[in-house]
Amino acid sequence: MTDFPILTMVTFLPLLGAGIIMALSRGTPEETAAPARYMALWTSLITFLLSLFLWFDFDRSTADFQFVEQVDWMPGFNISYHMGVDGISVLFVLLSTLLTPLCVICSWTSIQTRVKEYMIAFLVLETLMIGMFCALDFVLFYMFYEAVLIPMFLIIGIWGGPRRVYSAFKFFLFTLTGSVLLLIALLAMYFEAGTSDIPALLAYSFPREMQNWLWLAFFASFAVKLPMWPVHTWLPDAHVEAPTAGSVVLAAVLLKMGGYGFFRFSLPMLPEASEFFTPLIYTLSIVAIIYTSLVALAQEDMKKLIAYSSVAHMGFVTLGAFTGNQQGLEGALFQMLSHGVISAALFLIVGVIYDRIHTREIANYEGLVERMPAYSLVFMIFMLASVGLPGTGGFVGEILILVGIFQVNTWVALLAASGMVLGAAYMLYLYRRVIFGVLTKDSLKSILDMNRREALVFAPLVVLVFWMGIYPMSFLDVMSVSVSNLIENYQGALAAADGVPNPVSLVATQ
Amino acid sequence: MIPLDLITALPELTLACLAMALLMFGVFRGDGATPMVLLLSVVILVVLIGIIALSPRGEAVAFGGLFISDFYGDFMKVLVLVGSATAMAMSLRYFETEGVVRFEYPILMLFATLGMMMMISANDLIALYLGLELQSLSLYVIAAIRRDSLRSTEAGLKYFVLGALSSGMLLYGASLIYGFAGTTNFETLADVFAELTAAGHEPAFGVIVGLVFLLSGLAFKVSAVPFHMWTPDVYEGAPTPIGAFFASAPKVAAMALLARIMMGPFNEFVAQWQQIIIVISIASMILGAFAAIYQTNIKRLMAYSSIGHVGFALVGLAAGTEEGLRGLIIYMSIYVIMNLGTWGCILCMRQKGVMVEGIEDLKGLSKSHPMMALALAIFMFSMAGIPPLAGFFGKFYVFLAAIEAGLYPLAIIGVLSSVVGAFYYLRIVKLMYFDEPVEAFDTPIGREMTVILTGTSLLVLLFFVVPGPVINGAAAAAAALFAG
Repeated sequence: MTDFPILTMVTFLPLLGAGIIMALSRGTPEETAAPARYMALWTSLITFLLSLFLWFDFDRSTADFQFVEQVDWMPGFNISYHMGVDGISVLFVLLSTLLTPLCVICSWTSIQTRVKEYMIAFLVLETLMIGMFCALDFVLFYMFYEAVLIPMFLIIGIWGGPRRVYSAFKFFLFTLTGSVLLLIALLAMYFEAGTSDIPALLAYSFPREMQNWLWLAFFASFAVKLPMWPVHTWLPDAHVEAPTAGSVVLAAVLLKMGGYGFFRFSLPMLPEASEFFTPLIYTLSIVAIIYTSLVALAQEDMKKLIAYSSVAHMGFVTLGAFTGNQQGLEGALFQMLSHGVISAALFLIVGVIYDRIHTREIANYEGLVERMPAYSLVFMIFMLASVGLPGTGGFVGEILILVGIFQVNTWVALLAASGMVLGAAYMLYLYRRVIFGVLTKDSLKSILDMNRREALVFAPLVVLVFWMGIYPMSFLDVMSVSVSNLIENYQGALAAADGVPNPVSLVATQ
Repeated sequence: MIPLDLITALPELTLACLAMALLMFGVFRGDGATPMVLLLSVVILVVLIGIIALSPRGEAVAFGGLFISDFYGDFMKVLVLVGSATAMAMSLRYFETEGVVRFEYPILMLFATLGMMMMISANDLIALYLGLELQSLSLYVIAAIRRDSLRSTEAGLKYFVLGALSSGMLLYGASLIYGFAGTTNFETLADVFAELTAAGHEPAFGVIVGLVFLLSGLAFKVSAVPFHMWTPDVYEGAPTPIGAFFASAPKVAAMALLARIMMGPFNEFVAQWQQIIIVISIASMILGAFAAIYQTNIKRLMAYSSIGHVGFALVGLAAGTEEGLRGLIIYMSIYVIMNLGTWGCILCMRQKGVMVEGIEDLKGLSKSHPMMALALAIFMFSMAGIPPLAGFFGKFYVFLAAIEAGLYPLAIIGVLSSVVGAFYYLRIVKLMYFDEPVEAFDTPIGREMTVILTGTSLLVLLFFVVPGPVINGAAAAAAALFAG
């Protein structure tokens, strides 16, 4: 398997599928719809199967980058096409490849206009997402990172709701503003270190004053993407207006790009600045957790509520990422993965009833359990997972983060834990209003339960959320060596900066 | 060594002779021969590209130091020729359908192109002025070629008055420089300034004033702020294919000339001209970004967009280094391609046989003409600088140079104004993709248009796959200028 360019295959297979759809299907929009759907489904399924090689062949005992490929790209600039994954990124690749087929299936009947273009946009988006997590060259990373904006802009703008234009522009311009500052930082790093190769940059130690500026530029980009309070305002708009599958990808994968950025760039490349700015991160995270949870309580629109809950959950991620200990970092990574599954499922759940009634107003629903028992069960599972019920994926991440943060700062831990209570409040309140009560509304009297296609979409997510909750080790194993390596380097750099000989490798391996 | 001189200037001489021959042909055959003349002109330009690309003539100076031929010049000339040839090819159908058939039009474009090639190869203030005026005079006439159209004549007149003013300033600057330095030759000027600096003298005040005048004149030609006022009016008023021509080839030529002067004779005065370039670069980027937001005419929008692009290209020049020059060359190469493609799309905006220019007319283009909408969307995202499209790499290399030269504020202002600029490019994508169609454009768009649009959009889309040729070429061109 060593010479087989698996990452390139996984990355560009969806693009190939998009090209085939574009090239082969000619005819009226009605004629091209069905072939485009099947082509997108098969492409994304094959990509997913191919990406499973990464899961099985991944060596869990090393922190090195694996499945590495490197080809000269821009001669004379030391910029290459360099791909590879480690324990931090490999699971996100799998998350992306898993969710794309689900997105295709869930859009099967709900998207009826310009189906061909829709499927092409999703496949292109998949290529860009996977490429972003695999890129081991900063320029290459940036290319994927920013190119994601194009298909997402089109998905929101073409297939979105009534305020789609406003939301699409807001999404694009917010994220672009952050990204261009990242570009400046990237160029500055390129000249400082003489390369844009990520492994080389990881080994390079940047001067102290420079680190702060670079860190702030990174922060501008990743915080918008994640999103952190107060630059999260694009997210509720984008989520509400995007089609269901667009929300799913946005919440499950695109938000993780910000978190991944912190893990891949901010922490290991700029350790001293990261430590310096940790109070800022804690403050913003706590505000995000408590404030957006309160905002979520007051929402009348289901998607908006889930969008705000995403901001709160991402607050946990940033808390964990900046604890500097094994539990916190692994918890943050795990939280990103579990949130990827849970938020995807929650948006799909909203999509199911939206497809039937065409409204997302909570007030328009009541007593769904009478007509939709299976749906109510699935909703309950993911609602409780989002709250963090033990036995579901949501619990593991949050408890690890709280354990991590408790070692660093008990007050922060206390506030974060109170955010969990609020989280339970808004989710249960949502569930009660939509599912329970007496079904009296005429519009709901004939609503049908999930059909087989919808059940098929939820099945893998239900399995995953329990797997993550009951036996999290199979995921933590993948990341733990890479994370401890990161922490070792992080603490080592901090200790070196303080002039203390490196005592930390002992601490980190405890 | 006259024969050797002739070989050095072979492309220019060929063009001059053939253009005059075509002029005679046109005179004897009348306006009916216009399609033939136009076709032959395109063929001539394509052959010239071949001559320049395939005959590696090393660096040579001819005609007593007036004319220089080097790889930098060759690279920029190819860009100019590509721009001219494509703009001409695009205009074929336009002039037929609009009923303005004049054989002078392709001839004038050939002479303008010749002027541009002379500008690029100028090695002396006199030669510079001759090339510039040959180009400008041809362009004034071309802008007003539809003499029965009020807008076209107005555009031509405006362009002429302001252009004459800028030529005057340039000439005044050149005379001041001659007065203080005692020579007009670029190489001698460089030596004189180097000696003065080496002897510890401050640059003479008159030389600096002359430099500022020279810069103003050239800034006018590249339409950089604050000498940009003519651009929107001329682009809007001139016939559309001529707008496409104005936006591509002359910009490259003027930019090439500007870079040659700044990096050559005035290399010693980097500290002096760098501030000026930084200011006009920032002003151009910001004005290009903000002023375009409220435009409703796509040609005016493209004018402001080109002002912004000039600002970005000047970021590379502002760095004042070989890397900066390389960035500038890459930027201009990509700019020419995306600009031609976009203007090609504008030329296809025709409803029931009438050209339309409103941005709103693009509504729902993705439904009525999916491939054209796709091409225009590619150009718009590229102009906004979104990877992986070519426009991103243009910006990438100029900002790379700016960061290397330590010009952080310039780079940050630049990227932020590119975000503002992204807004109006996105607006066009929005109109095409998010809105319902109003009225479809006429089809078919014509074979030459299909070829041009396909070619340019593929170049822009797939630039990232093999960026090597352009980047290496630009690097070699920049090295050639710096070595010389």
